[in-house]
Amino acid sequence: MSAQQLMRPSAPRRWYADPARLALLALLVSAALCFLLPLYVMSLTSFKSMEEIRNTSLFALPPQLSFAAWQAAWSSACTGVACEGISAGFWNSVLIVIPSTLIAVGLGALNGYALAFWRLRGAGSLFAVLMIGAFLPIQVMMLPLVRLLAPLHLVGTLTGIIIVHVIFSMPVMTLIFRNYYAALPRELFLAARLDGAGFLYAFLRLMLPMSLPMLAVAAIMQATGVWNDYLLGLVFAGREHLPMTVQLNNLVNTTTGTREYNVDMAATLLTALVPLLIYALAGRWFVRGIAAGSLKA
Amino acid sequence: MTALTVEQLSVQLGGRRVIDQLDLQVESGEFLVLLGASGCGKSTLLHTVAGLQAPHSGRVLIDGVDRTWSDPGERNVGMVFQSYALYPTLSVEGNLGFGLRARGVARREVRERVLRVAQLLQLDALLERKPAQLSGGQRQRVAIGRALVREAGLLLLDEPLSNLDAGLRATLRRELKLLHQRLGATMIHVTHDQVEALTLATRLAVMQEGRIRQLGTPEEVYRRPANRFVAGFIGSPAMNFIEGSIARVGASLQFCATGLRIDLPAQLFNAAPPLDGESLVLGLRPEHIRFATAPGVSSAQIAHSGQDAHIGAGKVSLIEPLGSHEVLWLELECGTVAALNHQGQRYNRGELVKLAVDAAAVSLFDATSGERC
Amino acid sequence: MNTRRIDRGLRRAHLALVPMALVALVCYLGATLWSLRISLSSSRSFPVSDFVGLAQYRRLFSNERWLHSLGNLATYGLLFVAACLVIGWLLAILIEREVRIGGALRLVFLYPYAMSFVATGLVWQWMLNPGLGIQEAVRRWGFSEFRFDWLVDQDHALYTIVIATVWQASGLVMTILLAGMRGIDADIWRAARIDAVPAWRLHLWVIAPMLAAPFATATLLLLTGVAKLYDAVVAMTQGGPGTASEVPTKFIMDHLFGRANIALASAGAAVLVLSALIVMMPLFYARARSNRRNA
Repeated sequence: MSAQQLMRPSAPRRWYADPARLALLALLVSAALCFLLPLYVMSLTSFKSMEEIRNTSLFALPPQLSFAAWQAAWSSACTGVACEGISAGFWNSVLIVIPSTLIAVGLGALNGYALAFWRLRGAGSLFAVLMIGAFLPIQVMMLPLVRLLAPLHLVGTLTGIIIVHVIFSMPVMTLIFRNYYAALPRELFLAARLDGAGFLYAFLRLMLPMSLPMLAVAAIMQATGVWNDYLLGLVFAGREHLPMTVQLNNLVNTTTGTREYNVDMAATLLTALVPLLIYALAGRWFVRGIAAGSLKA
Repeated sequence: MTALTVEQLSVQLGGRRVIDQLDLQVESGEFLVLLGASGCGKSTLLHTVAGLQAPHSGRVLIDGVDRTWSDPGERNVGMVFQSYALYPTLSVEGNLGFGLRARGVARREVRERVLRVAQLLQLDALLERKPAQLSGGQRQRVAIGRALVREAGLLLLDEPLSNLDAGLRATLRRELKLLHQRLGATMIHVTHDQVEALTLATRLAVMQEGRIRQLGTPEEVYRRPANRFVAGFIGSPAMNFIEGSIARVGASLQFCATGLRIDLPAQLFNAAPPLDGESLVLGLRPEHIRFATAPGVSSAQIAHSGQDAHIGAGKVSLIEPLGSHEVLWLELECGTVAALNHQGQRYNRGELVKLAVDAAAVSLFDATSGERC
Repeated sequence: MNTRRIDRGLRRAHLALVPMALVALVCYLGATLWSLRISLSSSRSFPVSDFVGLAQYRRLFSNERWLHSLGNLATYGLLFVAACLVIGWLLAILIEREVRIGGALRLVFLYPYAMSFVATGLVWQWMLNPGLGIQEAVRRWGFSEFRFDWLVDQDHALYTIVIATVWQASGLVMTILLAGMRGIDADIWRAARIDAVPAWRLHLWVIAPMLAAPFATATLLLLTGVAKLYDAVVAMTQGGPGTASEVPTKFIMDHLFGRANIALASAGAAVLVLSALIVMMPLFYARARSNRRNA
């Protein structure tokens, strides 16, 4: 039931006949336009040539569509020493995101299941430590983690960056699954125990299939989160596996000579494309993820 | 044969003793109902028998085998939960076979046993459905079937009717009783609903604060409640209690309260009859109070009909019509009592009504201990 | 005491929680304590285990750049949280009132939240570019005196980061508050209609207090973002011009990896953690209390 329906149930006037509503609508629409402006500007700029950028307004449509900047951003712009565009970064990010998401979501579900249904001594305190840790800046744990992973030869490797992503996403992944499972009737779990199902059998055959929607929500959260990460990639991924965000920042902020804003914006759009696509296709699930992640701890 | 033996069982929850040195034996084929208010430990007892709750001390024997510390899956008990706890992602067939598959029973055998139980419970047409597509009654049958498929010797039912609306509850209650008669399985049923308890049980255990206060057939428990708690817990409207004392009049005993004297038949007492002057509480079921002014029954008739005894006149203070009968609340000198009026005779508020009781049907309780005399 | 276990599965459950236990105890608790220990040593490039007391903290608080970073973070945090809450709240109210159009626009306000801080910083860096960005565009429209060069202005650079991140995160607040509003009993809206309470009054005095828990949640998430602020600064201003938009996390990172002074960096990290906990604890407490009340 919406507030609006409740406020005006009887023969509502048409929206254009009500000045107060008209004002509200105008406000809402202009706010939306403001929010869309950066995306609009970014797209326009990426299709202009540098010549056109200098000669036309920021908000003006390009006289002719040019894909040169996109091409350059993808395959020939300089990201530091190398000038191969950010395509390598794209593939690095893909390689990082897929295992980080699968492992983190799987572990989160397992932790959540164990915490919600199995009364384990000390598990509550462990979870509390995890939850407090989630609110602390990563920089505090950065150096010790480097020192911990270095002797295992994991710093600067794909495995290393994946492990680090799993570590730092564990609090929120565990939280959302713990809350999800805790909201299920406990009798369901007891019935499975009486049916002779063990720890893993009940998890794999019963709880996991029941949490399919949450698995999707968590996967979307985790995939966008890992894709958008900059700091961990910068420190742990190593030169070989720098994710797209780090390459993008290098491309824009460390180029020598004249800056090519059209290439910058094309590269930015390319980097933002994956999360934006996920968002466009699964916005509703994305919203559910926010609700789940912000639930009470 | 004994299906379940509980010996000196104590269970603690959060430092509180929820079940206190409880003993119980359930014979094969019985329908035992555990009745009590919420928090009396009846569900905890059930969970402990199932192995879902660890006891503090004592033993649980199922089919003669000590199962106190067995894994719930090993005990060969089935359980029907309040919410039925059907696995929502699995079909009816998947639900019925889950326990067998978890134990690694061969696929063909699972299929055969599921089909057999499905036929028994008339679920064979619904095997492909998901729980969400079933009616309340069908869900209950699946929940029971899940226990039957495993050929569980003991069926535990944890308030399986309490989440339903009144109409469906009555239907499923009947269905449950028929099922028990047909299967002859041993069932232990937990409820806080006395109608459910009285109608279903072959034996009834009334629980309070972790103890069984009375164990017997529903008729025994209703007619001869062992103590004041049981007496007050069962029956609606509740039993009337009148405080008074005993007076010896010649060879017979009389119960005396303000404005009230009742001659007590000797066979009323369990053991030794009470002493002269001892304080007692008289328990009187509303249906055992008769109206002397009822049509066709003159007061003289009542006075001479054997064990009926006048208890004086009461003023009608409240009338609760219930369709088939009505409950009259009457002010007596010794307090307010409820009585049932089945006769269709109309009374008005404020009217004085002459009353009589069936003295053989009264209960007497010790004033301090509350135990039946 | 009972040593016998009723649940055999319990052993497997314990086993399954080993990864979580390792992460919580080693990577979170252990790492934080280790950082604390290092902050009490004289370590430079490599950790050494001597003990110099609070010397690093004294150095830290006589370091201009650190003090400036802390001040920046406080200003930024205040502006960012306030702006996000106000904008997010207004958007939520508008959307709740104009369901048909608002529902469609809801996703427009949240899309920036799907973007990375780096991308966010770079877009706004471009839009706020004094030579070719908004300032120039407005001048082309004829307002030749128009000035909007905060990005390169010592006194205003920090605000550009506020603008960019508020754009990114207001949708989050809106989403959380909308979810909260949906949970409010529909009879409240009905009662307000019968009492003829104007909508703004209802929202301000009735609905907003009922949304205390979602507001606290949103604030907590925003504050976490404040403490972690790093990517956006690096992408947008690199802390400049000068040290105008330096933040503590950047100070820590620079001293960890660039300037090889890990003890000083760890001291900074410890101070940051402590401030974060001090600011967030009351919110944690308030939220836990209101959750318990609602339970």
